[in-house]
Amino acid sequence: MGIRGKGLTKEQAFEQAALALTSVITSIDKVEPEQKVAITCQAIDDELLLLDWLNTLLYEMDTRKMLFSSFEIHLDKNTLNAVAWGQRIDIQKHQPTVEVKAATYMELSVRQDESGTWIAQCVVDV
Amino acid sequence: MELKNLKKQSDYQWLIKPTGKMRVPVIIYADESLIREMDEKVREQAVNVAGLPGIVNACYVMPDAHWGYGFPIGGVAAFDPNEGGVVSAGGVGFDISCGVRTLLTGLTIEDIEPVKNNLAEILVRKIPAGVGSTGKLLLNQNEMDEMLVGGALWAVERGYGNSEDLKRIEEKGCAAGANPQYVSNEAKKRQRDEVGTLGSGNHYLEVQHITEIFDGKIAQTYGLQKGQITISIHCGSRGLGHQIATEYQKKMVTTAKEKGIELADRELACAPINSAIGKQYLGAMRAAINCALANRQVLTDLVRKALSSLLPKAEIKLLYDVSHNTCKEETHTVNGKQKRLFVHRKGATRAFGPGEPTLADEFRDIGQPVLIGGTMGTASYILAGTAECMSLSFGSSCHGAGRSMSRSQATKRWHGKDVVKNLAQQGILIRSPSLRGVAEEAPGAYKDVNAVVEAAHNANLSRKVAKLMPLVCIKG
Repeated sequence: MGIRGKGLTKEQAFEQAALALTSVITSIDKVEPEQKVAITCQAIDDELLLLDWLNTLLYEMDTRKMLFSSFEIHLDKNTLNAVAWGQRIDIQKHQPTVEVKAATYMELSVRQDESGTWIAQCVVDV
Repeated sequence: MELKNLKKQSDYQWLIKPTGKMRVPVIIYADESLIREMDEKVREQAVNVAGLPGIVNACYVMPDAHWGYGFPIGGVAAFDPNEGGVVSAGGVGFDISCGVRTLLTGLTIEDIEPVKNNLAEILVRKIPAGVGSTGKLLLNQNEMDEMLVGGALWAVERGYGNSEDLKRIEEKGCAAGANPQYVSNEAKKRQRDEVGTLGSGNHYLEVQHITEIFDGKIAQTYGLQKGQITISIHCGSRGLGHQIATEYQKKMVTTAKEKGIELADRELACAPINSAIGKQYLGAMRAAINCALANRQVLTDLVRKALSSLLPKAEIKLLYDVSHNTCKEETHTVNGKQKRLFVHRKGATRAFGPGEPTLADEFRDIGQPVLIGGTMGTASYILAGTAECMSLSFGSSCHGAGRSMSRSQATKRWHGKDVVKNLAQQGILIRSPSLRGVAEEAPGAYKDVNAVVEAAHNANLSRKVAKLMPLVCIKG
């Protein structure tokens, strides 16, 4: 399944891509931002940084049994510092559809279109 | 996929001759209709695989193939370590050793029908399924490492099953060469509480009845009779496998570049089998195989316990356990010579035929059971490996129906509630934590499993033995 985040800044596009990731699993409006988790990633370019960001979120979801619905990202060259807010999975409430196994290199792209909008996208394996 | 790019060799075998960077041909096993349904990307991905270093004979494409990540799903490729052959994390997939295990119950449809609803409810309560579910086992560091080395053997030694079970699992339930040292702490942390969980997506536990026997002699040896009840479990190595695949794929992108391996797609990231990263991945990947085998073994124990209260006369025995996302070191005959090869099967089932020395005694004369999962509303099949298959596809066959429609397309077309209702009218009970998940897994989103199996049978990849229809399906 493909996910795509768009924004006025690269940070916004990364935040929107993370929201799209959660949307693969459940409806974002069902996930309350009760608890925060700090995340740091580093990579040699924007695309690999997006991949690391999404795969780190999957790791945090799996080990904390959480879903995330709100994100704040700061990018500094090739380092991403973020806070993700969410809550523990409640199967009744969230009715999670599917585990995402990984964010993949397929259709992986971080770019600006002609209008200057940032786009961050890839295909995730479910 | 357009037929004009393929050379027809028979009704069920099609060839793409090597051109450009291809080192070997691509051979597709399917009928014309299945090929027309395949995405053009399947051809493109198989052609890319055919260009990887050290590939032997051909890149084979199974009848259920669909567009994957780097390798097509339903792709088989063997590599020779002495010819610069590679191992690819993407060629195994993110759900390492995802597979199917089928259990014989000794029960008949008459035993099940009166208690079908109760059975569905008990299974829902006893089998942890879906996103965020956890098992009852919580492994510490030592136990984790022991599980990763021991596989199903580890589970049986802890009381989850018996030694008879192990005879009916590939490699007797324990993949040799697993090395927990090459599995990261992050991967192990993901697995601490996930042993004995089903997962989600296309993973399931299904109560089935045998509706048709195609080969009486083999069915008898396998212990299959018309009207009998089987239970099939489809799941893999859970979070541990996903983490190993993600981490090693990233490392292999760098290794491939360092070793001068040109990649048409970063998902094809690979490393020479004899390189440090190649060896480390194999150690970690085999640990993930053991994780999947332990997982299916613990789930089997949960099934036994769940059935013992409701149906005390049930006697649960393993028919077989197959993995369909693996890379295995095997001996094959190539141009008359025996060679040790590393066979990648991505969405493909090992289907060793009669005479294979590695098969358990009871299967050596007839070939191993090949377990093909359908959808929650359609048939599953049990096939047997053939002698021909060893030379046709390094002893490999199809693995399931294969998706024909994306998940988002499926949710636009069906509502989960309607799918559950329609199937209930056909006598099939669906239990799932997510109705959207049911819509995404709707039977219509998959290819016709009957056509896939027919093609595998007619291509001699495996022989039809029995057809199973679902009665109860627990979806993750």
